[in-house]
Amino acid sequence: MSSSPPKKTTWSWRSRAVRGLIWQALALAAVLLLLGWLAVNTAHNLQARGIQSGFDFLLQPAGFDIGETVLSYDADRPYWQAFAAGVLNTLRVALLGCVLVTLLGTAVGAGRLSRHPLLRGLCTAYVELFRNIPLLLQLLMWYLLLAQALPAIGEARTLGPLALDKSGLAWVLNEAGDTLFTATPEFLALLLGLTLYTAAFVAEVVRAGISAVPGSQAEAAAALGLSRWQALRRVLLPQALRVIIPPLTNQYLNLTKNSSLAVAIGYPDVVSIANTALNQTGRALECIAIIMAVYLLSSLATALLMNWYNARAAIVER
Amino acid sequence: MTVYASIPPRPAPARPGGLYAWLRSRLIADLPTSLATLTLLALLAWWLPPLLDWAVWRAHFAPRFEPCAAEGAGACWGVVSEKYRFILLGRYPGGEQWRPLLATGLLLALLVASCLRRFWRRGLALLWLAVLALFLVLMHGGVAGLSRVETDLWGGLPLTLLLATVAIALAFPLALLVALGRRSQLPAIRALCVVYVELVRGVPLVSVLFTASFLFPLFLPQGSQIDVLLRVIAGLALFAAAYLAEVIRGGLQAVPRGQLEAAAALGLSWWQTQRRVVLPQALAAVLPGLMNHFIGIFKDTSLVTIVSLYELTGALSLALNSDADWRPYKLEAYLFIAALYFVFCYAMSRYSAWVEQQLRRSAAR
Repeated sequence: MSSSPPKKTTWSWRSRAVRGLIWQALALAAVLLLLGWLAVNTAHNLQARGIQSGFDFLLQPAGFDIGETVLSYDADRPYWQAFAAGVLNTLRVALLGCVLVTLLGTAVGAGRLSRHPLLRGLCTAYVELFRNIPLLLQLLMWYLLLAQALPAIGEARTLGPLALDKSGLAWVLNEAGDTLFTATPEFLALLLGLTLYTAAFVAEVVRAGISAVPGSQAEAAAALGLSRWQALRRVLLPQALRVIIPPLTNQYLNLTKNSSLAVAIGYPDVVSIANTALNQTGRALECIAIIMAVYLLSSLATALLMNWYNARAAIVER
Repeated sequence: MTVYASIPPRPAPARPGGLYAWLRSRLIADLPTSLATLTLLALLAWWLPPLLDWAVWRAHFAPRFEPCAAEGAGACWGVVSEKYRFILLGRYPGGEQWRPLLATGLLLALLVASCLRRFWRRGLALLWLAVLALFLVLMHGGVAGLSRVETDLWGGLPLTLLLATVAIALAFPLALLVALGRRSQLPAIRALCVVYVELVRGVPLVSVLFTASFLFPLFLPQGSQIDVLLRVIAGLALFAAAYLAEVIRGGLQAVPRGQLEAAAALGLSWWQTQRRVVLPQALAAVLPGLMNHFIGIFKDTSLVTIVSLYELTGALSLALNSDADWRPYKLEAYLFIAALYFVFCYAMSRYSAWVEQQLRRSAAR
């Protein structure tokens, strides 16, 4: 007959469990104390400076115009509609940017692995040039370049239904001047800057992904008589995609977050709107909280979407 | 009876050597390749000559703006030779400009020295502390007969370098702790680290800088004033730490379990295990990723111009916006600082590639 040894709880300082508990309690206490201290300070400061707080200002009329909006908007609308217009503008540039970045980045990344020395050299030069210069500087340069180089209003350069002048790019439907869509120079500069900058990083991601596929796979594809393009499309890319998707998701998130630099060139994204609202109402806490909430939510949504896609692209093991 | 005579061996194929043969096989091997070559050459012929024409042949280099205004004039690089002091040093008082120059030179020299293997000694950390202190004394003054220069007059390259180095120096230890915390077995500590990393990585740097600029004063006790430069550095460091922590966590995951078990068998404590066994291997594994983020932080310092600190990008706007004569040539000035940023970032990425190669060699030994 055997009996298990009696359970013994030791409450000794040398026990790992006890020390773990103490460490955790200390860390939690420190963080809670810090947060409490900050909250008390903030409450004091708000009271002392006579700053009103709360989100009630969202229902008051905003009183400022927005250069471009997806939905109709004017200065009499309440603040929350101004913020909504900003969020839509952010989403517009981010979504379009993600699509363009994928196309350009994949092309350049594949080009860096080409056997053609000229093509490879140009792609390498592009990547090194664009990712080693701060995005803000590139945005400022594109905006300045567009402001200087675009033809004056009335002397638009046209290509089919597209017309390009100082007021931006428009898809003109008829003589009366109805348009299918319009894009301001601010939007164009932001989209161009974000796309060219992020595509350099995406190209590196794609290149690393393709390089991660063992060379024997390319040789096997060649032995089967596939052309280089067929091998890329049918054998290498499907395998590379598994390596590519997680860092590509990161680049999409970076692009979305970097679209906040719109504030520097005056594109009315959510950060610009919040900045204007902050200066008008003085409610810094609320405006910055709105910015952070919007980006946190969009990051979360992108992450969920890409995780779902990643699960689809992953190897199905039998 | 048939006599079989072996046929003489074929001569070896002529070795396709030389540049010409290589180019031929790569550029005009078959029709698609030749077409690609032609298209690319046409593209270059279309873009390069007008660009060179603007940037070199028709450009003006003298620091005078009159010839640049003429019809058909190219780039006006005179804006650089005229305004370089302001762009590089910001609004620092004229007579005292040797101070930021000397401080920048010292910091750059130390940065370069830290990259060389022969300086990797224990004293290097102390030297860093000394040089950073000297940097701040030189810039701020107020002691040793130097006149006081408040931080709102700092600007240009010294400010960019200061922001980047101090933000990295503060962020790195924090990132180490957070990365270790995220892999900890203690649930409360792990949760705290996860929340911090995911919150910070979910928001853009601009919002963090806004927080540093507008909200930090609200968070602190009444009457206490913290310089906006310090607040922005704190914001940058907290932001960077979250990203570095994720890179370091990747390295921690790459350390095999057996290493931990071996350390435990040797009787090492948790801190000893991390310090002597885990971290050296983990950091070496993710060095390229770390360097990429350092480059990213260097580039990100340009964002502080949004909250009115005049580092390189901000100093340039400050220099040209108030000067109607030179304002039309802002693009040339932008290109100048773009070249500066490029030199720094490219040097860092080359250095990173070199270190990576060294590590690979030591791993193969």
